[in-house]
Amino acid sequence: MIRFTRVQKVYPRTGVALDDVTFGVGKGEFVFLTGPSGSGKSTILKLIFADELPTSGEVKIANVSSATLRHRDVARLRRKLGVVFQDFRLLEDRTVEANVGFALEVTGAPASVIRPRVARLLTQVGLASKAHALPPELSGGEQQRVAIARALANDPVVLLADEPTGNLDERATRGVFQLLREINGTGTAVMMATHDLDLVKRSDCRSIEINHGRIVFDTGDNSPGVV
Amino acid sequence: MTLATREALLAFRRAPMLSALSVTTIAFSLFAFGLFGLVALNIREALSKLEDRVEIRAFVGDGTAIESSAAALGDIQAFPEVATAALGDIQAFPEVATAALVTPTQALERARSELGEFSDVFDAGILPASIDVRLKPGFRDPASVRAVAARIRSYEFIEDVRFGEEWVEKLYQIRNVATIAGTVLGLTFALVAVIIIGSTIRMAVLARAREISIMRLVGATDSFVRRPFLIEGALKGAMGGTVALFLTWATNEIIGRVVFSAEFFDVRLSVAGIFAGALIGLVGSAVSVGRHLKSV
Ligand SMILES: Nc1ncnc2c1ncn2[C@@H]1O[C@H](COP(=O)(O)OP(=O)(O)OP(=O)(O)O)[C@@H](O)[C@H]1O
Ligand SMILES: [Mg+2]
Repeated sequence: MIRFTRVQKVYPRTGVALDDVTFGVGKGEFVFLTGPSGSGKSTILKLIFADELPTSGEVKIANVSSATLRHRDVARLRRKLGVVFQDFRLLEDRTVEANVGFALEVTGAPASVIRPRVARLLTQVGLASKAHALPPELSGGEQQRVAIARALANDPVVLLADEPTGNLDERATRGVFQLLREINGTGTAVMMATHDLDLVKRSDCRSIEINHGRIVFDTGDNSPGVV
Repeated sequence: MTLATREALLAFRRAPMLSALSVTTIAFSLFAFGLFGLVALNIREALSKLEDRVEIRAFVGDGTAIESSAAALGDIQAFPEVATAALGDIQAFPEVATAALVTPTQALERARSELGEFSDVFDAGILPASIDVRLKPGFRDPASVRAVAARIRSYEFIEDVRFGEEWVEKLYQIRNVATIAGTVLGLTFALVAVIIIGSTIRMAVLARAREISIMRLVGATDSFVRRPFLIEGALKGAMGGTVALFLTWATNEIIGRVVFSAEFFDVRLSVAGIFAGALIGLVGSAVSVGRHLKSV
């Protein structure tokens, strides 16, 4: 469902960020992306949600290829993905409810669909009681849950998480990770970049380690078609 | 209310200072445009008033039977049928607004009233009868005037045709220069207004760059992102236009009281001005947002 084939990414000013990266992620998988700072984890995620395009090679997401992707296809692709970040990226002057509903509004969904769906999502992430709060009134863990609820709004096939627990304490980290596992349990693939090696070790999930833009090991790429 | 409209209105509420600043900037650039428009309008008015005075005077030949009989009686009824028929002909020319017969008596009266104290230099009968022709607007350029004059001259009882050729020529030149200068200046002003408005909207776009990136992140299309900004731009443009219209009107009133009273835009032009403001706001927004979307 996600397939990188000999992907190279060269940024104009900083040079090679990824080199000859090939891997695949299947439906419903949970994959960690690990590696030192600057190794290229975020770049891989950006290539997946088409924030960047590969310099060479191909990135294929849910049958959409980077080679043929046009600017106007990006929006449609992103509705199949959910993305969360270390810094949450919420609209601070809108309620929790509005933040989650936002992702549905941009697809043109009617209010009659949005309202119950938002309520269900907030229940799923355990924030039903905070629907009318503003993000700054929430803890970091809670804000990340709002971001996750928003990422799930359009029923994505993959949830991308770029250091989602980077700003959270131990307890909140475990809570958010638990939530991601639950979401993965419902069939959504999850790809999570992290520095938290304890978390990776404890969880027994597949992990891909990057260093200097190359995959140094992958605990479980058993998907076919690797060149 | 659509989402886009709501977002646009929300922008005003969330950034009232920035919005007020944009509206003020737009208002002042349109105000400058409005003042220019007012000057242009009044110059045009003045020129068209002058143009109204473009007139062809066709003198009826001296000593002809027609002339003398008319002169003797001093009124139009006495004018033989051939001249009255010609008058009808001339009136039917497509370029002609009015054609009127001036008998020698009337001509004398007119000359006396125009010349005041020298009035008694004229004796009855000195002045010939004439047909005075005024042209419709749009046919007052030298070529049309000359053509009509030539056609009138072809009547055998017409002895001479005068229409102040040089004067018509000069007026026409002035009008052309004024039109060209007006168009060039007007376009320049409009362009400057678009640039100013575009940059104030650019500020609004930058102020919401984060929001735009989040919209795009969750799968908003470019047109979806653009729409609230277009509405916002059009609204700001219309508001700026209204303020500018008011300022222009107030300035006109003050000038009218202190210096001389000038023509103001009619309702149609005023509404068109506000619409132009909205349009400029729309275009400025489209350009700013388009540029921003392309850059991310
Ligand atoms: N937008 C960009 N423009 C230019 N260079 C970039 C850009 N984003 C990343 N890079 C470069 O690409 C390399 C990989 O960056 P990336 O953000 O993918 O690393 P990372 O593994 O996510 O690091 P971290 O763990 O610190 O988040 C770095 O050398 C970085 O300087
Ligand atoms: Mg990173």
